[in-house]
Amino acid sequence: MKVPFSWLKEYVDIDVTPEELERKLFSCGFEVEEVIHLGAEISRVVVGVVTEAVPQEGTHLHVCKVDCGEYGHDIQISTGAPNVYVGMHTPAALDGATLPGGIKIKAKPLMGVESNGMLCSGEELGLNDDLYPGAEVYGLLDLPKDTVPGADIVPVVGLDDCIFDISITANRADCQSVLGIAREVAAVLNKPLKMPAIDYATSDYRDPRLSITVEAPDLCPRYLGHYVRNITPGESPRWMKRHLALCGLRSISNVVDITNYVMLEIGQPMHAFDMSTLESCQIIVRRAHDGEKIVTLDGKEFTLNPNNLVICDGAKPVALAGVMGGLNSEITDKTTQLLFESAKFARDSIRKTSRSLGQSTDASSHYEKGVSEYTAELGMARALHLIQELGCGEITASAFDVSAGAPREGKHISATISGINSILGIQVPGDAIVDILTRLEFQVTRDGDRLEVVAPRYREDIEVGEPDLAEEVIREYGYEHIVPTFLKAATVTTGGLTPEQRRRAKVKQVLCAQGFYEAETLAFYADDDLDALHIAADAPERNVIRILNPISSNLTIMRPLLAPSMLNAAVINLKKGNASGRLFELSNIYIPKQNPVTELPEERLHLGFVAWGDEEDFFMVKGAVEALGEQFGLEFDYQRAAGTPWLHPGVSADILCQGKKIGSFGKLANDVTAELKLPKDSKSHQNIYLGEIDYVAFSELINPNLHYKPIPEFDIVSRDLALVADESVSCGDIVKEMRKACSYVGEIQLFDIYRGEQLGDGKKSMAFTLHFVPADKPLESAEVDRFVKKILGNLKYRLGIEIR
Amino acid sequence: MEEKIRALKEQLEADAAAVRSKDELSAFWQKYLGKNGSVPALMKGLRDVPKEERPAAGKTINECKTWAEARYQQLSDEIERIELEARNKAEAVDITLPGTRREMGNLHPITLVKNQIVDVFAGMGFEIYEGPEIEDDDHNFTRLNVPKNHPARDMQDTFYVADDIVLRTQTSGGQIRVMDREKPPIKVLVPGRVFRSDSDATHSPMFHQMEGLVVDKGITLCDLQGMLDKFVQALFGEGVKTRLRPSYFPFTEPSVEVDVSCFECGGKGCPLCKHTGWIEVLGAGVVHHSVLENCGIDPKVYSGFAFGIGIERIAMLKYGINNIGLLFENDLRFLKQFKD
Repeated sequence: MKVPFSWLKEYVDIDVTPEELERKLFSCGFEVEEVIHLGAEISRVVVGVVTEAVPQEGTHLHVCKVDCGEYGHDIQISTGAPNVYVGMHTPAALDGATLPGGIKIKAKPLMGVESNGMLCSGEELGLNDDLYPGAEVYGLLDLPKDTVPGADIVPVVGLDDCIFDISITANRADCQSVLGIAREVAAVLNKPLKMPAIDYATSDYRDPRLSITVEAPDLCPRYLGHYVRNITPGESPRWMKRHLALCGLRSISNVVDITNYVMLEIGQPMHAFDMSTLESCQIIVRRAHDGEKIVTLDGKEFTLNPNNLVICDGAKPVALAGVMGGLNSEITDKTTQLLFESAKFARDSIRKTSRSLGQSTDASSHYEKGVSEYTAELGMARALHLIQELGCGEITASAFDVSAGAPREGKHISATISGINSILGIQVPGDAIVDILTRLEFQVTRDGDRLEVVAPRYREDIEVGEPDLAEEVIREYGYEHIVPTFLKAATVTTGGLTPEQRRRAKVKQVLCAQGFYEAETLAFYADDDLDALHIAADAPERNVIRILNPISSNLTIMRPLLAPSMLNAAVINLKKGNASGRLFELSNIYIPKQNPVTELPEERLHLGFVAWGDEEDFFMVKGAVEALGEQFGLEFDYQRAAGTPWLHPGVSADILCQGKKIGSFGKLANDVTAELKLPKDSKSHQNIYLGEIDYVAFSELINPNLHYKPIPEFDIVSRDLALVADESVSCGDIVKEMRKACSYVGEIQLFDIYRGEQLGDGKKSMAFTLHFVPADKPLESAEVDRFVKKILGNLKYRLGIEIR
Repeated sequence: MEEKIRALKEQLEADAAAVRSKDELSAFWQKYLGKNGSVPALMKGLRDVPKEERPAAGKTINECKTWAEARYQQLSDEIERIELEARNKAEAVDITLPGTRREMGNLHPITLVKNQIVDVFAGMGFEIYEGPEIEDDDHNFTRLNVPKNHPARDMQDTFYVADDIVLRTQTSGGQIRVMDREKPPIKVLVPGRVFRSDSDATHSPMFHQMEGLVVDKGITLCDLQGMLDKFVQALFGEGVKTRLRPSYFPFTEPSVEVDVSCFECGGKGCPLCKHTGWIEVLGAGVVHHSVLENCGIDPKVYSGFAFGIGIERIAMLKYGINNIGLLFENDLRFLKQFKD
C-alpha cells in the first residue's frame, strides 16, 4: 500500500519526521517496507534565470548566461532546448549535480563551447504533467517567475515529498486507503482526524425509468447507485492529478479520476457506467449464465459461469462485478450522464472470479481483502462531493441503496478492564484503555471495571470481544510494556520424548556411525522418477497421491517410495564430482486408501539409504544393515530380493526379520544404471547401492523391554571346519543346516572362501569357526566331537558338502 | 688370594665394559658366575689355602661373589634398558601419518536445529506431537479460524490432493489434533514438514515448522515472551532478547511477530539484521477464543499461547546459509560441514 506523506498530512497534523512516523507505525502493527523520497536522487539542481541566450552559429545550441543566485550570477551553460528565452526561470543542474537515474552532470565543453552544467526539462527531473503542470513540454521546464534564483529545485517542483510503502496485514482491509492509514496515524500520534468532505446537494431531477435489482444478495450484500447527468468532461484539478500521480496513476478525465481518487483515498472501488449505454436504464446484479460472455475495459473477452457475479443492464452484462467494467458501458469523452456504483461484494466470490479468469485489478484486490458497507457509503458520498466540487455534473435525486439487510452499526462488545489485562498479563490503567480505544474511534462507556464498546463500522476484523480489544490496546500502549514472566500460573508438566521418538533418533545415530550422512529430500516427485526405477505400470507403488495443483511438472506425486529420492540425491552428488558417499533419510511415504483420495492417506515412515563409489560393495552395505539390526537387538535374515526391479537381481536382498520382510537393498540394476544421466566416463556411477526399510515394520519388531542375560558360566568351545560345497550352495543354507543339526551352536563365523583347481570346477571351499555354547554344564571335547560329526553328516546328506 | 681377587675384579670390570647384548651378558655370566666360572673356581681354590687363613679368605671370596653378582645384575639391567630402547626406537611410528577409521556421517542441519529446539522445550515440560503431513481442510484451516472465504487463505499457497484435503501449509493444525485428544494443562511442540506452492532463494515448496502450544489457566502474553526469551537464549546465546510487535494470524489474538536482537552484532546493526539490530524469527500470539472453543475448551476458564518457528529460517540464520535450496540438494560437501 503506497501512501504519500503529503496526502496523509491533509487529514492529520503530522508534526514528526517521516522517519519518526515510520517507527510509530511499525510499533502499532504497520510495517513500512520502504520510504521513497521523491527528490532523493536530485542534488545541486537550482532555479536559474536565463539572462542571456545567444544562438551558436551552425548548431542548434544556445549559449546562455544563467543567474543561479548564490551559486553564481552569470554561469555559462549551453542548451539545445528550442524553448529557451531570456528571462526564463528554469532548473539548472550545476557542475557536479545528480539527476534521477544516477545521471551526473559535469562542466565540459559542448560542441567546443564551455558549458558549466545543464538546463533541465521536467522529464529530466522525473516529473510528468500530473505531478507538475508543463513538465512534459518539449524543452526546458518553464518555472513561474516568482521562483528565486539559486533555490533548491526539489521543493520548488514539489519533489520534497515521500511515499510510504506500507505492508498491511490481511485482517486490516480498512487500511487499504490513505484515509485508513490516516486514521492509524491520528491514533498513534494522538491527533484529531480531519475527515474528507462528503457533503453534496442533489437536484430535483429523478429519472423514473432507472431501476437497480440485486438478484444475488449473498454475493452482493450492498449496492449503492447514483445517477449523475449533465457531465462536462474535462481535466481534473491540479491537486487531484498530483495525488493520483504520487500513487502511480495517470490522470484520464475528471469523472474517471474521481473513481480512482475515491479508491485511493477511501478504499472503495467505484465504477461509473455511461447511462446512455444501459439498456432500459436497468441495473441487475446477478450470477452469470453459463457461457455468457463479457469484454472488459481492457478489451479481453471472458466466458463466464454462475460462479461469476456480473452487473447487467436490461439485456447484457456491463461489468464483471468487483473486477472490471465492461467495454460496452465505458465512460468516454462523449459521456453526458452516468451511474456511479459503490458496492460491497462478497470477497470470496471476487477472489474466485479473479483467480479463475486470471484477471486481477486494483478493485478486485480491494474486494478480496474486504470492503465494508460503511466504506461503500463513504465512497459514494465522497465521489458525489467531488463531482460537486469539480462542478462537472448534476447530482440527480435518483439514488439507490439495495441492501441485504445487515445492521448498520459497529460490533458491540462487553468487556472488562481486568479481562483485557488478564490477557496481556500487565496492568494497563483503565483510563489509558479508554483513551486508546477512543483514539481508535471505538465508542466506549465505562462503568468501573466494565466497558461497553462499539467498534467503528469499518472494523470488520473485530469479532470476538476482549482479545480484540486487548490487541488494540497493547499495540497502541506498546509491546515494550510487556514484562516477560516464565509461566507463572501454569501447572508443571513432565513432557519429553516418547520411547518411539528416542528410537528414531537412535536409528539416525546408528546410520551416521556407519558413515551415512542424513539427507533431506522433497516429499514429492514425478512419475518419471518411478519410471527411472523400472517400476511396472501395475506395480503397487504406482498407486500414488497426485497433487491437483503442482508447482512444477517434476513435483506432481507424493512419494510412495524413498528409493527415487535417494537415487536422485546420489546422482546430484556424482554430477557435482562427489565420487563416493553415503546418504540416508528417515521420512514418510504416502499410501492412498483409495484413489482419487477421499480421506487422509496412510503416512508411513521409511528408512532409505544410498551408497556409491568405487570402494562400496554389497557386503559393506550389508554390514551397515546388520549393524542397524544389531543395535536394536534384532537379527536379520536375507533372501534374494523380489519385486524390486531397480535392484540387480543377483546382488540384492530382501531383509527379513522374524520371518517378515521389512525391506530390501542391493546394487542398482545394470539397466537402471545405464539410463542414469551421468557422464559416461565416470566409473563410480557403475557402483550405486540403494536400500529401503519399512521403519514402522522394523520398529514393531523391536523388543522394548531389555533384560540382562547372565554371562555364560562355562567356556565356549570353538571348532574350525573347512568345507567343500557346490557353487550353488549358499552360505545361508549351510549356516541354517548347522543350526538345525545342533542346538549348542552359537555364533558362526565364515572366515575364508577359496576356489581353486584342486577343488574342481563349480566347487568352493568355505571355512567356518563354530562356537558351541554350553548350557548348564561344561562341554566335554568328546561331546563337541559328536556335535561336529552330526553337523558334517547333515551337511553331507542335505547339501552334498564334504569336509576338506 | 687377595692378589687373585684383585686381578679377577680387574678382569671382570674390563669384560663388563665390553658387554653389549644379552648373548654377551650370558657369556659374561658363564665366565664369572657359571658352574665353571672364575668365582666358583676361587671357592674351589680355598682348599689350597692354609687352614688358619681359610675363614678370612672364605669371607673375602664370598664378598667377591656378592660383588660380582651385584655387578652382573647391574649389567643385566643396563642391557635390558638398552635393548628396550632399541626396540622402542625400531617400533616408533610417524605419528603424523593419518589415523585409520571408518568415516562417520552426521545429521542434517534441519535435524540438528530441530533437536536443539526440542531439547529446550522438552526441558520445560513440552511433549512432542507429530501430526499428519496430508491434512484435511478442517484441521489445516477451518478450525484454526480460517473459514472458506477468509482472506488468510490467500496468505498461503496451498497444494491440494482433493477438494478438502491439502498438504498441510502449517504445523498449526497440530494444535487442533492435540486439543481434541488432551485437555489442559497442555504443553506441546509440533515439529514437521509443511508445504506451500512457493520456490525461490528463501522459499522451498517443502519446509519445516515447529508449532508450540501452551494451554492452561492464567496464561498471558507476558508468559509467551518469557518463554520465548528462554528459547532464543538457548538457541542463539545468553545475551539475546526478544521484541514483540503487532501482527496478524487468524488463530491467535493478539498476534505478534517476534524479533530477536541480532546475535551477530549484538543489536548495533550489521548486514545480517539489515542494520536494524533485530531479526524476525517467529510468529506467535494468544490462542484465539474460537480455536479453543472449536476444540471444546472453555476460553472463560483456560487461555493459552501458540508460536510457530520456521526451522529452515533458524538453520539459515544460525549457520549463515544464504540459499534454502542448499538444504534440500544434499550435496555432501554441504552436509559434511554440520558436525554440530
